[in-house]
Amino acid sequence: MLDVLYFAWVRERIGEPREQVETRAATVAELVDELRSREDRYALAFSDLAALRVAIDQELADWDSPLDGVREVAFFPPMTGG
Amino acid sequence: MRIRVQSEPFDLAAELEGFGAEGDVGAQVTFTGIVRATGGLTRMEIEHYPGMTLRAIEKIAAEAAARWSLDDCLVIHRYGALVPGDRIMMVATASRHRAAAFEAAEFLMDYLKSRAPFWKKEYGPDGAAWVAAKDEDEDALSRW
Repeated sequence: MLDVLYFAWVRERIGEPREQVETRAATVAELVDELRSREDRYALAFSDLAALRVAIDQELADWDSPLDGVREVAFFPPMTGG
Repeated sequence: MRIRVQSEPFDLAAELEGFGAEGDVGAQVTFTGIVRATGGLTRMEIEHYPGMTLRAIEKIAAEAAARWSLDDCLVIHRYGALVPGDRIMMVATASRHRAAAFEAAEFLMDYLKSRAPFWKKEYGPDGAAWVAAKDEDEDALSRW
């Protein structure tokens, strides 16, 4: 079971800040494909991966990063701190 | 090294009290980010990723401290509701010489902008909109 978190407009499009996902996805990209095929709101949120960033266990990661042993995956737009 | 992420306002003078008091400090640089009213902005909401934010900033600050041998370093970043004129964040650096203090402060600012998990939503006359990251913010990292 994976904790999946969403922030900013990704959270708004999906409609919730976090959820638990039962998945066998081996990489972030596979997880995204699974989520996209669930419902339109996911397809919409993940329509342009260039506009998204991902963190694995609270560290920035890549789309091809493996999910083996991972507890938490977060999706969000590029950060706008400062 | 002191790093805080908080929703409450902070007192600039109080935060700098005793800052950089240890070591042979010859220069101290302070930067404060303030909410502007540009475009009729009435308020701003800053969202962050609680589990990751502090760790991400600590990593950035540790990198700055190592690269410029800082004697002290302070980062405060707010989240939640802010209005024009409010201080969003501050960084302070202390070093033997000013070049290191200035450069490290700029490095911290550049990385906080695009590597610390904060997202700003602006509210104005045309409604609400998430602030989009600028290409130039990402480009700014390449100079380091």
